[in-house]
Amino acid sequence: MKTPIYGLMAEFENPTALAAAARHVREKGYRRVEAYSPFPIEEVNEALGLHHNRLPLIVLCGGILGGLTGYLMQYYVAVIDFPINIGGRPLHSWPSFIIITFELTILFSALATVLGLLGLCGLPMPYHPVFNLPRFALASRDRFFLCIEARDPLFDRHDTAEFLSSLRPREVSEVAH
Amino acid sequence: MSDDQRDTRSIQSGRPTVIAPGHTFGSVTDKISSIVLTRRTPLFWFVPFLVASALLMVFLAAVAYLFVRGVGIWGIRVPVMWGWAITNFVWWIGIGHAGTLISAILLLLRQSWRNSINRFAEAMTLFAVACAGMFPLLHLGRPWLFYWLFPYPNSMGVQPQFRSPLVWDVFAVSTYATVSALFWFVGLIPDLATLRDRARNPLAKATYGILAMGWRGAASHWQKYETASLLLAGLATPLVLSVHTVVSFDFTVAIVPGWHSTIFPPYFVAGAIYSGFAMVMVLAIPLRAMYGLEDLITMRHLDNMAMVMLATGEIVAYSYFFEAFIAWYSGKPLEMFAIWNRMTGPYAPTYWLLIFCNLVFPQLLWWKKIRTNIVWLFVMSLDVLLGMWLERYVIVVVSLHRDFLPSSWGIYSPTIWDVATYVGTLGLFFFLFFLFIRSMPMISIFEVRTLLPQAEVTEGVEK
Repeated sequence: MKTPIYGLMAEFENPTALAAAARHVREKGYRRVEAYSPFPIEEVNEALGLHHNRLPLIVLCGGILGGLTGYLMQYYVAVIDFPINIGGRPLHSWPSFIIITFELTILFSALATVLGLLGLCGLPMPYHPVFNLPRFALASRDRFFLCIEARDPLFDRHDTAEFLSSLRPREVSEVAH
Repeated sequence: MSDDQRDTRSIQSGRPTVIAPGHTFGSVTDKISSIVLTRRTPLFWFVPFLVASALLMVFLAAVAYLFVRGVGIWGIRVPVMWGWAITNFVWWIGIGHAGTLISAILLLLRQSWRNSINRFAEAMTLFAVACAGMFPLLHLGRPWLFYWLFPYPNSMGVQPQFRSPLVWDVFAVSTYATVSALFWFVGLIPDLATLRDRARNPLAKATYGILAMGWRGAASHWQKYETASLLLAGLATPLVLSVHTVVSFDFTVAIVPGWHSTIFPPYFVAGAIYSGFAMVMVLAIPLRAMYGLEDLITMRHLDNMAMVMLATGEIVAYSYFFEAFIAWYSGKPLEMFAIWNRMTGPYAPTYWLLIFCNLVFPQLLWWKKIRTNIVWLFVMSLDVLLGMWLERYVIVVVSLHRDFLPSSWGIYSPTIWDVATYVGTLGLFFFLFFLFIRSMPMISIFEVRTLLPQAEVTEGVEK
């Protein structure tokens, strides 16, 4: 028996070929599919059914948390912890708290964006099987890859390889674990 | 659209293409990454780097002496207690704004030409903010106690005054520095992965590998990455406008004639972008010539940037005019005196030089011949940088030197330590900038790939 593999990787020359292949693979019913490209390609996302992600929600939560932190911090300091009576002016002088509230909203949202991005992408990831393929280094240069993972229910080492070859890739290779 | 159609279109419109024709994904990757990875570090890198390092030493000496003797080594005396320090602060932070404008606002406006200039413009932002941050810190008197500006539980039983624009500034500038750094780093991740995959030197490979965090260009990652870029751009856009607005609040919230004006926030933001684009130009023109990047940073980029300079310059001109008009129209003797003193007082030559640098000379940018001549553009950019520095000098010094009572009038002049600190931050800026162009891709490789005609999916994927 052969050793189990991570998946089968097909290499394409251009984004059009990758997008077409991605569409065919999805039409065939494969779901554990990932495309790799040196730049974002909208058509590939569409072909793979990638429409929404939760990042905006995470950022919204970060922003709300930042705004509350900013305002409550100033309220606590100016009204509760260190009240200064200046000619009887109100301690809760909200207009002058707006700016720092705004700045902390932006700061927390931006931190949430970056941490959320890394979290949703599972980065940092010190090891990933796709890098076992020597030619995969070109995915960050000028080549376009499509990988059907072995855990896909329709995956069959022989049939899937043949199907990928029928999409006219430059080559199809097995990705070791 | 095919290559031919694109070329025809650009010929018809009479404008050069964003990226010179003939490039492939591989060639742009190799060209940009080879500057960092394989090409010998050129002499024109070493010479400016050594000069910048020497100036950085001047900065360290000036700061060390400041720590020993205090801010009295500068020319600041009552009534002009802000002097060069705050002038330089506003100047530097303004320069940073162009980087954020290019990376965030132009991204939201889908100005794809920005893709080949945003990386080093963002780096410029980061380093300019670092230089800017030095001045209010050093100007504190006891810089080592800067953390008193943040609210934290302390044994002194006191807290910062959140109604003060100076505390707003602390939050605005530190948020700006953090968000700019995040934006810059997120933009770098795919390119760091490219460098990781192309580096031969094991140390370089490991370093870029750790920084790239295992980025592999997966479609599901790209999709989130694009969302993140848009969100960061959307956050950075109001942020950058707010930062110089808050900086202008440092002035406008005070009742000093010549400062207390509602026109300051937009006028400061426009001025910031004006000087920032001038600095991008000052950096881009020699870089593209030295590293042979004329095909990636084309005349179209310089032309566009010159037009942004011209537009923001006109806003600045309008603000100068209105500042004077409102002073007259208000009928307030103090306001009228402040403006009249600017034009005819002891600092009149500075004011008129500023008017020449920011208003008169840049009008040449209306001519396409000037906008497409790199020598003229370089001179023009230096002129605008000088003009915008003088503008802040005039705002800070001329407004302060005539206090409300003539008995408190004074004259400000900088000392050698003012000059050393300012020139020193120029050293710090260029020191960091040259380290950056040596160790990181100065042009965003993956975004330039998307500018190539081959990047478009052409056929066979209709739904």
